[in-house]
Amino acid sequence: MSEKSAKSPLLKKKAALRPVTKKNLVTYLMVIVFFALFQTLSATGNLKFAYKSLLVPICTSVIMAVSLNLVVGVLGELSLGHAGFMCVGAYVGSFFSVLTEDIITVTWIRFTLAFIFAAVAASIAGVIIGVPVLRLKGDYLAIVTLAFGEIIKSLVNVLYIGKDSNGFHIAMDSAKLNMELDGMVIVKGPQGINGTPKDSTFFIGFILVMLTIFIVTNIMDSRTGRAIMSVRDNRIAAESVGINITKYKLIVFTISAAIAGCAGVLYSHNLTTLSANTNNFGYNMSIMILVYVVLGGLGNIRGSVIAAAVLYSLPELLRGFSKYRMLIYAIVLIVMMIVNNGSYFVKLKEKYSYKFYKKINSKKNGKEAV
Amino acid sequence: MAMLEVKNLGIKFGGLHAVEDFNLELEKGALYGLIGPNGAGKTTIFNLLTGVYKPTSGQFFLDGKELTGKKPADINKAGIARTFQNIRLFSNLTVFDNVKVGLHNQIKYSTTAAVFRLPAYFKSERLMNEKAHELLKVFELDDSADTLASNLPYGKQRKLEIARAIATNPKLLLLDEPAAGMNPNETKELMDTIKFIRDKFQLTILVIEHDMNLVSGICENITVLNFGTELAKGKTEEVLKNPEVIKAYLGK
Amino acid sequence: MKFLSQLISGISLGSIYSLIALGYTMVYGIAKMLNFAHGDVIMIGGYVVYTACVTAGLPAAAGVLIAIVFCTVLGVAIERFAYKPLRSASSLAVLITAIGVSYLLQNVALLIFGSDTKSFSSVVSLEPVSLADGALVISGETIVTIIVSVIIMVALIVFINKTRPGKAMLAVSEDKGAAQLMGINVNGTIALTFAIGSGLAAVAGALLCSAYPALSPYTGAMPGIKAFVAAVFGGIGSIPGAMIGGILLGIIENLSKGYISSQLSDPIVFAVLIIVLLVKPTGLMGKKINEKV
Repeated sequence: MSEKSAKSPLLKKKAALRPVTKKNLVTYLMVIVFFALFQTLSATGNLKFAYKSLLVPICTSVIMAVSLNLVVGVLGELSLGHAGFMCVGAYVGSFFSVLTEDIITVTWIRFTLAFIFAAVAASIAGVIIGVPVLRLKGDYLAIVTLAFGEIIKSLVNVLYIGKDSNGFHIAMDSAKLNMELDGMVIVKGPQGINGTPKDSTFFIGFILVMLTIFIVTNIMDSRTGRAIMSVRDNRIAAESVGINITKYKLIVFTISAAIAGCAGVLYSHNLTTLSANTNNFGYNMSIMILVYVVLGGLGNIRGSVIAAAVLYSLPELLRGFSKYRMLIYAIVLIVMMIVNNGSYFVKLKEKYSYKFYKKINSKKNGKEAV
Repeated sequence: MAMLEVKNLGIKFGGLHAVEDFNLELEKGALYGLIGPNGAGKTTIFNLLTGVYKPTSGQFFLDGKELTGKKPADINKAGIARTFQNIRLFSNLTVFDNVKVGLHNQIKYSTTAAVFRLPAYFKSERLMNEKAHELLKVFELDDSADTLASNLPYGKQRKLEIARAIATNPKLLLLDEPAAGMNPNETKELMDTIKFIRDKFQLTILVIEHDMNLVSGICENITVLNFGTELAKGKTEEVLKNPEVIKAYLGK
Repeated sequence: MKFLSQLISGISLGSIYSLIALGYTMVYGIAKMLNFAHGDVIMIGGYVVYTACVTAGLPAAAGVLIAIVFCTVLGVAIERFAYKPLRSASSLAVLITAIGVSYLLQNVALLIFGSDTKSFSSVVSLEPVSLADGALVISGETIVTIIVSVIIMVALIVFINKTRPGKAMLAVSEDKGAAQLMGINVNGTIALTFAIGSGLAAVAGALLCSAYPALSPYTGAMPGIKAFVAAVFGGIGSIPGAMIGGILLGIIENLSKGYISSQLSDPIVFAVLIIVLLVKPTGLMGKKINEKV
């Protein structure tokens, strides 16, 4: 008995108060090892170009998945419009970089500023979407976030922005820009933005992934995080202990949107031409990220990282099967969901894990057992 | 002046008066019972006093401050905490974290401090851990601190709910059927705990209960409700002898 | 006249949305799940009609009939193999599975028919009607779509309110457990719901492809999303809500195409949805559910 009280939970908790908990440390290490491995492979020329070009998009997917997990897994609200925030970030970031490419010549300063502007713009979009979130629940919220994402995608497709000696011109039609001859059209409606500097590298992607994990896990393991999770688990009880639900929902949507905006900058600075379509900023993308989050485990950040990296690469690695790859992906998705959640398999798992625990317990208590 | 003052509080759902003209004055340190048959409006009164429902008539004050119509979170901050008849824990959080959520407004630091792990984070978290541990010890839950709340046995879940409510540092604690589902031994133990926490945390307690042993064992005074209105009020042993009350409980 | 013609074609498009939205809303009401694959059943219906009429040269009516049978069987099979094992799982798990089914249907179509757009020949052989000395021309497709939709909706309302299986559907959507205790075959009723919803989707597919004769594996996706919006707009789970929501959506879409900008019609539709939900958080005809404390 004395041994037991020596390991009282308080002492354990005190020991756990480190800047980084053990669980998160494993996640960081995993990302570092992954980065070191592929950076070495690609630097020594051992990585095929097709795989090398996957590295930055993998980082983008991981960042998107981890930030969406904050909304879906930690706050417990279904969002189908996450790609919309990415779209805002991508456009604002690219716009800024194209505009200032000749003015700010130090790449890292320009790129950092692009991230900051994009994060601010995306978080404003997050607040705007956060407001209906306060009134709506469940599937109604899901459809509203989907609608917002589609609105953003459609609007950037009719957006024209040009700059000339008179300043900026914004229009919804290229003919109505009224530019001077010295002007330059930066955002060209469906053609999007051309000539974004290719500033994204695997290293920057890696830093962003680490930062995202850092921000999200540190929030989760804090007063703010507990408040958010209490809203998810029981809204009425959370209110009864004095949690301001409105505040925490808005915090989540803002932070998650800002991070998605940064993912957008990473995405757009990896391409020369940026344009919005269903597959990059539409509901298809939002749904794909949701799939990563659900398969990785709700509220499980390491799971999101792994699921996003593996599932993003999977269709690309299956290129050998070219025609069948998306079909295989679809079947894998359905089978995984049924095996993980189907009542038959859940019962099967319980049965075996019960046997397993009984075995362990009987070993542990072998002598004491009656 | 009374600590809690409820004046003619009432609520209508549709055309139906769920509670009508409810009056109550509680002195600091009182342990007061609210009894009545099912559907008499007891829990509705709790929901009114905690802001879950907005009253359609009447007012209530805590320490002279009007709280009528305020939001649940603000009422809790003002000093009223509660438990629920159908237990409402944060089921995916550990026992320890459930109590720490209760400490949310007692020990504060910003989200920025959390993200960047500033000294405020460590200082406040340490303080929170100590407080939470202290509370769990009172309810003999310290051994289950790392268990998920949903994995606790029923009796412990009820205790955890009380611990979480007390963590918010209330002046007034509302307990909704704390002994429901407990056996006589557990109920006996619970009675001691309720008295103990009242003295230790200097609480005023209002309790809804069907178990008459508990009510007559700990409550000095009670109100009996029937069909949303007050049927009788006064010293517990006298009220329980009132023929009207016996009729309401046992039928004619 | 322009307004009238836009309005009529809006009602026609809206009727198609209504037919699809009915499938969404019935399944939601009974199985409490968002069947994301519903839009792709429309696309499959379109391909079956195409294969029967264009490739095999069967008459239009036969093609549509085959498509209805095919999609009904398909809907029941999807429910049996993908959704039924997840009856007690979280709604998010079911949603992801539905997304998987949607990918599956799209890629099966892609494998069989290729990614090129097929030009669909209309199943309607009615001549356009010209009114007011040719100032208002209504196409045969528009007329048939509206008539067929009205017939189907009336039949559906009668079926649900007057027949035993229909009443069983209402009972299951109200309370699954209680319905089971009352001796209702819950699994059978859910299968029936999927059958009806998918059958309606086949009709919608044939009508949609007749009005907009371009068929590809992704044809069903956007109308599917729009119909989902229509269902939510009207109050998801409510059958009259889906009908009204669909038609309103079609009208709004067509009028904004005609008077504002064809590129902005989608954002306008979505913005109207958001405004409606902000004013009435459960849609036009949705029930408000209060959580008991």
